[in-house]
Amino acid sequence: MSAHIPEVQSTEQLREKWMKPEVISGSEILLRSLLLEGVECVFGYPGGAVLYIYDALYGFTDFKHLLTRHEQGAIHAADGYARASGKVGVCIATSGPGATNTVTGIATAFMDSVPLVVITGNVVSSLIGTDAFQEADITGITMPITKHSYLVRNVEDLPRIIHEAFHIANTGRKGPVLIDIPKDVSANKTLFEPGQSIKLRGYNPTVVPNRLQLDKLAAAIQEAERPVIIAGGGVVYSGGHEELFEFVTRTEIPVTTTLLGLGAFPSGNELWMGMPGMHGTYTSNQAIQQADLLINIGARFDDRVTGKLNGFAPLAKIVHIDIDPAEIGKNVKADIPIVGDVKTVLEMLNPLVGRSNKADAWRTKVSQWKQDKPWKYIDSDTELKPQWVIELLNDTTSGEAIVTTDVGQHQMWAAQYYRFNQPRSWITSGGLGTMGFGFPAAIGAQMAYPERLVISINGDGGMQMCAQELAICAINNIPVKIVVINNQVLGMVRQWQELIYENRYSHIDLAGSPDFVKLAEAYGVKGLRASNKEDAKQVWQEALDTPGPVLVEFVVRKEENVYPMVTQGSTIDQMLMGDSE
Amino acid sequence: MMMKSHAISVLVNDQPGVLQRVSGLFGRRGFNIESITVGQSEEVGLSRMVIVTQGDDKTLEQIEKQLYKLIDVIKVVNLSSKPMVGRELALIKVKSEPAERPEIMGVVETFRAAVVDIGTNSMIVQVVGDTEKINAMIELLQPYGIRELSRTGVTAMIRGNA
Repeated sequence: MSAHIPEVQSTEQLREKWMKPEVISGSEILLRSLLLEGVECVFGYPGGAVLYIYDALYGFTDFKHLLTRHEQGAIHAADGYARASGKVGVCIATSGPGATNTVTGIATAFMDSVPLVVITGNVVSSLIGTDAFQEADITGITMPITKHSYLVRNVEDLPRIIHEAFHIANTGRKGPVLIDIPKDVSANKTLFEPGQSIKLRGYNPTVVPNRLQLDKLAAAIQEAERPVIIAGGGVVYSGGHEELFEFVTRTEIPVTTTLLGLGAFPSGNELWMGMPGMHGTYTSNQAIQQADLLINIGARFDDRVTGKLNGFAPLAKIVHIDIDPAEIGKNVKADIPIVGDVKTVLEMLNPLVGRSNKADAWRTKVSQWKQDKPWKYIDSDTELKPQWVIELLNDTTSGEAIVTTDVGQHQMWAAQYYRFNQPRSWITSGGLGTMGFGFPAAIGAQMAYPERLVISINGDGGMQMCAQELAICAINNIPVKIVVINNQVLGMVRQWQELIYENRYSHIDLAGSPDFVKLAEAYGVKGLRASNKEDAKQVWQEALDTPGPVLVEFVVRKEENVYPMVTQGSTIDQMLMGDSE
Repeated sequence: MMMKSHAISVLVNDQPGVLQRVSGLFGRRGFNIESITVGQSEEVGLSRMVIVTQGDDKTLEQIEKQLYKLIDVIKVVNLSSKPMVGRELALIKVKSEPAERPEIMGVVETFRAAVVDIGTNSMIVQVVGDTEKINAMIELLQPYGIRELSRTGVTAMIRGNA
């Protein structure tokens, strides 16, 4: 099942070879530096300004390079790789259009705090600023969407810059770092001396929290009658899921996991309430609104979670744990702010906390809500329901797959009906909401875990935004199971137009989309289709039994809506329950 | 919500693009900049920016925190929270026929400002002080006709040993 990509040799074997001080070109310095950072796989696309770099990559096998069919595919794949593995994702693109094609992917990673190092070529230094062929000021363009960026002026600076970039990308609040390398810098030679220590005076993330704040939180838990935990992506990114589990086990406080927090806490646990916010569970939203203590662990009070801010968790004392001090107090005022790495915070916190003894009645209430109002839908015998398809995927994989999604209705259904039990098994563009993300991200995840089952769930809209990457699945035998939930319409837009814009369906009809089965086959990927339950079960099993990549199209009901739904401007307890009621 | 003017001192790496990083941050997050000055600091390789901005306490807190997220920002100090010295320099080219000169010189002297250039029918007045003083100087010179005005923006420092 593993991909046909040459295996890399072990780091230990090669380290000595790479560390050797030698006079080499900027391009070779780049490759060696990447190896020394532990890079095993990069995603890229060549072009004029990176010709020296690709020349150095000629015959190079010490790490994998996956040639995508679009720079956007490369950057999303690097993102998926990073989210699945926890390592830094690396992407290479040429100057000008190559670099600007990565912009959406950089913004996607920035919004969701994903560590990336993006390497772009630029025109030769002497031409910078002259509107030269394929010149773009990519450091300027990406300044608002990178954690940091570098324009390399001298080849001597390259080893230090690469080392710093990886450090910045993967510490503190993680994020993308861009390194722009003019063509002459990648050609110039200098003595390569690796292994500098990091000296960044302006960068010193607070990892260890203030102990006094932890004592306050421990005391608040003892007093709370209606406590709630919101767990976010920070739990996953810090690797603090086991500590979270211990925290919940000790305190017995009900937990809701945000879209990016799915998998941070096992969905089968009786204290799990589902997801909060716009398409969250009734239980999560009611619990937040009635809580007297709200403990936010590594989530950023995004507007899709809070709904109308003025009226969010009106009764609660707010505790906010985040590595990024700027998130604390940005949207919701914190009564007990705790700055630190989530894993470290929870490690220190766990010995201090006990069961929330005053919350027994609350736990009963929450569990009653959970029983009375789960996510549900009305199934059909004549039409295929998208929720049913997600349940099929879940049931046949025991919730053990890595699932990536695109953006829209299918994303919400996947969040609602796939049951995640481990972190880093759910990969979705939460903050930016990037269509075209899901499929290339799945390729990246598969490169990180060649032996695991990776399912890419897409809508018929988003599938067409990066469909060209079917080629690299076929050529490299990357065995992603590509699911297209086809309702022949831009479903989430349709839903809003139905519910809020009085059925004025404006430019959402995707009739005329390609035959997805034939599209897959045109690239050399097996294609299957189902439009009823029997066929669906059968083709899905066939897909699972097929060793290589497979695209499975499920033709589903067009008019299906995602419920519950909190419309914009409402508090989150004002939920449209739709036909799930 | 109290909207107040605050002077913030920002110690930054003297790197290309650092001004763009700081001003871009203010722009995209909707923070206002009344004035911004940049120059060398006491340490080689570091520059000091003094930014005058308006906002309530919550905005100011966000400005400080967001600034600290920039890798090139070393230190942020809200100068207005402490006793400080804030100074600005203005050059004012004021119309002055020879007959008017003594009168204008009188105004200038009262303000402990200086005339730094005299032309045939204009002169340049240089005034240093806090923003109020400069505003007052401008107001007084207005009736003679101001041809050109150039202000540096405020630079500032905390008083005493702090």
